[in-house]
Amino acid sequence: MSQVSHIPGNIMFDGPMATKGYPLNKMCYSFNNADGREAFLANEDDYCEKFGLSVEQKQAVKNRDVIAMLEAGGSIYYLAKFAGILGLNVQDVGGLQTGMTTDEFKAFLVQQGEK
Amino acid sequence: MAKILGGIATSHIPAIGVAMDKGLEQTPYWKDFFDAYPPVREWLYKQEPDIAVIFYNDHGLEFFHDRKPTFAIGAAAQYENADEGWGIAEIPPVTGETELSWHIVNQLIEHEFDITVCQEMKVDHGLTVPLTLMWPGHRYGHIKVIPIAINCERHPMPKPSRCFDFGKAIGDAIRSYSGNQKVVVFGTGGLSHQLDGQRAGFINKPFDLYCMDKIVNEPEALTKLTNFDLVEQAGSQGVELNMWLAMRGALQGMLTELHRSYHLPISNTGAGLQLLATSDAV
Repeated sequence: MSQVSHIPGNIMFDGPMATKGYPLNKMCYSFNNADGREAFLANEDDYCEKFGLSVEQKQAVKNRDVIAMLEAGGSIYYLAKFAGILGLNVQDVGGLQTGMTTDEFKAFLVQQGEK
Repeated sequence: MAKILGGIATSHIPAIGVAMDKGLEQTPYWKDFFDAYPPVREWLYKQEPDIAVIFYNDHGLEFFHDRKPTFAIGAAAQYENADEGWGIAEIPPVTGETELSWHIVNQLIEHEFDITVCQEMKVDHGLTVPLTLMWPGHRYGHIKVIPIAINCERHPMPKPSRCFDFGKAIGDAIRSYSGNQKVVVFGTGGLSHQLDGQRAGFINKPFDLYCMDKIVNEPEALTKLTNFDLVEQAGSQGVELNMWLAMRGALQGMLTELHRSYHLPISNTGAGLQLLATSDAV
């Protein structure tokens, strides 16, 4: 049984999520290699198919929807490699997940030092 | 017998490596962070350690989910860094060490830590950023590194208390090694941060400062926490405190805290640096 997250806004990456996310994470793991990155960019649909992504995962990738990727079992370690392909850093990704612009997200990070 | 001179805890954020590659250390964003490091480097230069045992977590360079060890140790003469996929520059090979590695493995198994042993192992930013911070300009070739990876990614992961005990078993193993090697132990990563989910950007400065306070003389205040507590109080990647606890577990006796600093935010993280010397330090 998946461990229920009691922390709002947190998706606990546990065993069942790792099972669900395996194809997506395996694809993103391949982005450690330049060949994998180029193959994805050349034909995203074929590349997703090659790794056997679920319909939900393919849609999340197509939409660049980070939260949907996490809900589909994505691990942020591997999604970060995907973000790299898109030229996004972790502040950009933070903004995408929280509905902030990157600048707003950076300001949010700074504010926490003032607490 | 081999001696442990002390422990160093440091952040291993990839952006630090990128900043060093680009020579941004003295820019306004980075200056205070990087200015904290010279005293720790000077201590290291003075101590002249032979071996660095580095607790870190692999972020999907060496270990994918097809075979992801809970605890793994390197026993190789050399470790390569490699492309992590998002643009941090690769660094030259890291010098390894095999005899003490195997001694640690024997002692760990004897003391019921049945660890995965890697005779080849690519090391990622979790290990290379601390190394580059301590020996800038890639001047780390002289120091023999023993990498020890702890799963901090996928739950279930080892508990804080277990990581502390694991570190203690490694410390005992080092101290039972019949040589005159001088060893420093690194705990890398942390402190609070959360990269994923709507909670992304969560940082908890009071908790980070509490951890840096307690780890010196009262680590049991931290080892009684669960990983769920760490996620809640330090963010989903705040479980990297476990590497600090492994480092602390390896130290024994009277400790002298020679350095403590904390900067927020560095990337999405509360970045801590701490140096704890043992009575075996010069």
